[in-house]
Amino acid sequence: MYPEIFYSNTFSLLAEVEVGKHFYWNIKGFLVHGQVFVVIWFVFLILLIFSLLGTTNTDRIPHSWQNFMEAAVDFVTDIAKDQLGESFYKDWIPFIGTLFFFIFGCNWAGAVIPWKLIELPQGELAAPTNDINTTVALAFLTSFAYFYAGLSKKGLGYFKRYVSPLPLLLPINILEDFTKPLSLSFRLFGNVLADELTVSVLTSLVPLVVPLPIMLLGLFAGSVQALIFSTLAAAYIIEALE
Amino acid sequence: MDSIISAASVIAAGLSIGLAAIGPGIGQGNAAGQAVEGIARQPEAESKIRGTLLLSLAFMEALTIYGLVVALALLFANPFNS
Repeated sequence: MYPEIFYSNTFSLLAEVEVGKHFYWNIKGFLVHGQVFVVIWFVFLILLIFSLLGTTNTDRIPHSWQNFMEAAVDFVTDIAKDQLGESFYKDWIPFIGTLFFFIFGCNWAGAVIPWKLIELPQGELAAPTNDINTTVALAFLTSFAYFYAGLSKKGLGYFKRYVSPLPLLLPINILEDFTKPLSLSFRLFGNVLADELTVSVLTSLVPLVVPLPIMLLGLFAGSVQALIFSTLAAAYIIEALE
Repeated sequence: MDSIISAASVIAAGLSIGLAAIGPGIGQGNAAGQAVEGIARQPEAESKIRGTLLLSLAFMEALTIYGLVVALALLFANPFNS
């Protein structure tokens, strides 16, 4: 499709722009994207190590790791509390917090760690959130969560909200259930992929110094996207609860 | 691949990201301007304004990103690329 120069040496030496190329694993007839799994397990490991460090040797007066982890947990508690309010937030801290830490971990793992040093036969290791499958899975989890929240609180009366305020709005209300996960997943996927593409294109043009501010911007955007995803998940849940 | 299709895809990709950047650009400019005005009037509310501004800027950014996703799909995962 593209002239040969598009895939010139500089690209493959410094940073490959590999969209749509994957390192496939065949697990019982299912093709999965191996590079995503490797980085996701790495993120799990990091999060596990952090929480273990934070919870062993707990003291009355927190110090070092415990202090850090308590600040982090306070932060996600504030996200949940801001959206869900005093009466509901306690039940949803685990969900909102997990979403935040996982997405934050994924975005930063892709940006901070030099995955390029590890060679794969096809595709390259990057942030797991730059694969649309990951973000769609997260968005569907959010959908299930708010359906569960609404159904467990109101029972079948939950479906009354589809015909409120007018029965005329039924199609739009149903459509909303589809656009919510769509916009959630596309926002995260597009932002992370855009950051990585910008960095790799800039690196192929000017290898030194110039990409650094864009990389910093990528780190910032990654944390803001994690914040937005968890805030929106909380907002959808409270919408179903009220 | 047909050269007409690749030419059309490249043009469409450029147009989609370019057009998608117009609206959010105006919106972000408005939001940032209003935030500056708010801070000038009430400097003590700066941290609160900054938080809200960043969140709403990211929402507007998402609209451009949709255009970018379309552009990337056209360039790297073109459905008409037989």
